[in-house]
Amino acid sequence: MALNLKANIARPDDFYQELIDMQRDMSEDDVQLMNAKLILIMANHIGDQETLSEAMLLARG
Amino acid sequence: MLSTYTWPEYDYVQSEDQKNTGTIKRHPVVVIGAGLIGLTAALDCAMRGIPVIVMDDNNTVSIGSRAVCYAKRPLEIWDRLGVADRVVEKGISWKLGKVFFKEDLAYEFDLLPEEGHKMPAITNLQQYYCEEFLVDEVLKHSDLIDLRWKHKIISLTQHDDYTALQVETPDGVFTMESDWVIACDGASSNIRDMVHASFTGQFFQDRFLIADVVMKADFPTERWFWFDPLFHKNQSALLHKQSDDVWRLDFQMGWDVDPKEATKPENVIPLIKAMLGHGTEFELEWVSIYQFACRRIDNFRYNRILFAGDAAHQVSPFGARGANTGIQDIDNLIWKLKLVMEGKAPDSLIDTYDEERASAADDNLLNSTRSTDFITPKNRASRYFRDAVLELSKKYDFARPLVNSGRLSTPTPYVNSSLNTADGDEFAGGISPGTNCIDAPIIKGGEDGWLLNQLGDGFTVLVFGDKPAQSAVSFGEISAEVITVGEQFEDAQGLLTTRYGGDKGAVYLIRPDSHVAARWRTFDKTKIIAAIARTTGQA
Repeated sequence: MALNLKANIARPDDFYQELIDMQRDMSEDDVQLMNAKLILIMANHIGDQETLSEAMLLARG
Repeated sequence: MLSTYTWPEYDYVQSEDQKNTGTIKRHPVVVIGAGLIGLTAALDCAMRGIPVIVMDDNNTVSIGSRAVCYAKRPLEIWDRLGVADRVVEKGISWKLGKVFFKEDLAYEFDLLPEEGHKMPAITNLQQYYCEEFLVDEVLKHSDLIDLRWKHKIISLTQHDDYTALQVETPDGVFTMESDWVIACDGASSNIRDMVHASFTGQFFQDRFLIADVVMKADFPTERWFWFDPLFHKNQSALLHKQSDDVWRLDFQMGWDVDPKEATKPENVIPLIKAMLGHGTEFELEWVSIYQFACRRIDNFRYNRILFAGDAAHQVSPFGARGANTGIQDIDNLIWKLKLVMEGKAPDSLIDTYDEERASAADDNLLNSTRSTDFITPKNRASRYFRDAVLELSKKYDFARPLVNSGRLSTPTPYVNSSLNTADGDEFAGGISPGTNCIDAPIIKGGEDGWLLNQLGDGFTVLVFGDKPAQSAVSFGEISAEVITVGEQFEDAQGLLTTRYGGDKGAVYLIRPDSHVAARWRTFDKTKIIAAIARTTGQA
């Protein structure tokens, strides 16, 4: 498995708060668009198809 | 009606088959449908010396707006058949495209056509012109091609080694027989129904309005595609130039639109004005509404009946994959048919027509379906992703390859074909087995020319390096002509050697459809013979 499922974010609470705060006052529509962009930006950063496929399958559950 | 084009009307002539009703005549090849693909089939048969009858239930060329873009590979095939020059001369070659999202330019692309090819990357031309040029060429070969208008197939009976066809003409019904039938009768093929073939795939619940307009506006010769433009909210639109100042406009309309209402001038004209700007003067040439499916026949071969073009596969219009792949079907089929008809190759060679072209059709269907999924998102989530890609593409390079307004047709290599001989020698680059030959400029007898025009009607052994002693290599009755670069012609700019990885010596076995069957670093007669056997279905 190429996907890192160990804790990898140095300050998890900070990250989580930043994400939630950013979307707190956004409309549902804007949130969906932002999330889609975020996925695309992060997917490009990862780049590796195998890792992306693993992540997608994992998220689908 | 069109102001820029007058449809030719071809004469119906009663055939000898129908006049002599007492005797039923058996013919070698009958092509059904005189559209782009059927006419191409007739010309390819004639070029290979096969007598052929073409029948069409109409007596003119394609009516209305249909295929627009012709890609390099099909143009190269038409060049072999003598019609490409007219198409390219009359057509509009282009290479720039712009994609807009809402009111902004999201990104622009340049097809960056590689230099040193005889044919352009892509040419736009109305289908009726192409068909007219094909008919003109067909009529030059009246010794081999019998083109019969107003001949409709009403039923057929399949036998082991021929097909009996019941044909209806203005003079009534008669029967004729043919060893082989090539069905090029379009997406709603009657022949396909008559053999009970399945034709399955994906339907799209969306409708598109096509309008061809004449305007002398200053729009550049570029492909413009809009996602969700202000003039047509939540839909897509396309603007593309054709010949005679005719422009193709395409509007996504959604599933719920009433086709009859939508095509009324009072509804179409405001839509066009909104797209072109209110000051632009135009005349409406043609309006129609279409919906589409991506599907293919279960087998391209039903014993002695072979399916080609839209009769075998139907794609969405995004990417210009319909006519372009149909022409390549014919390129693949006719040389095989010729060898089998002459008894030089086993009947099973025809099965590889399905093997190779069904895989190409699947590749086209995949590309076409992907474009459609991007252009017409199927749910809210895909719509968000689509819009996210488009917004990001305005600023960030990484998102641009994800924008899909149609991937333009390129040939699908027959990577896994049973006719290929796998590489035994090391090749980095060059043209791998199953792939079509790439063109390159050459000089022959002091004159500029092109590689593809040097490949003969049969098999060719193309040699880079020392000239072999023999001028041909034969397997049974099949002979491959040996051509050495630097002997028969010169590599004009070094591009030929570069494209074929020939600097360290290379030997290519090339099929009659200009596809590489096998390649080596050195000339070895035994290996070439084995590869000829393999690529003609005899190993």
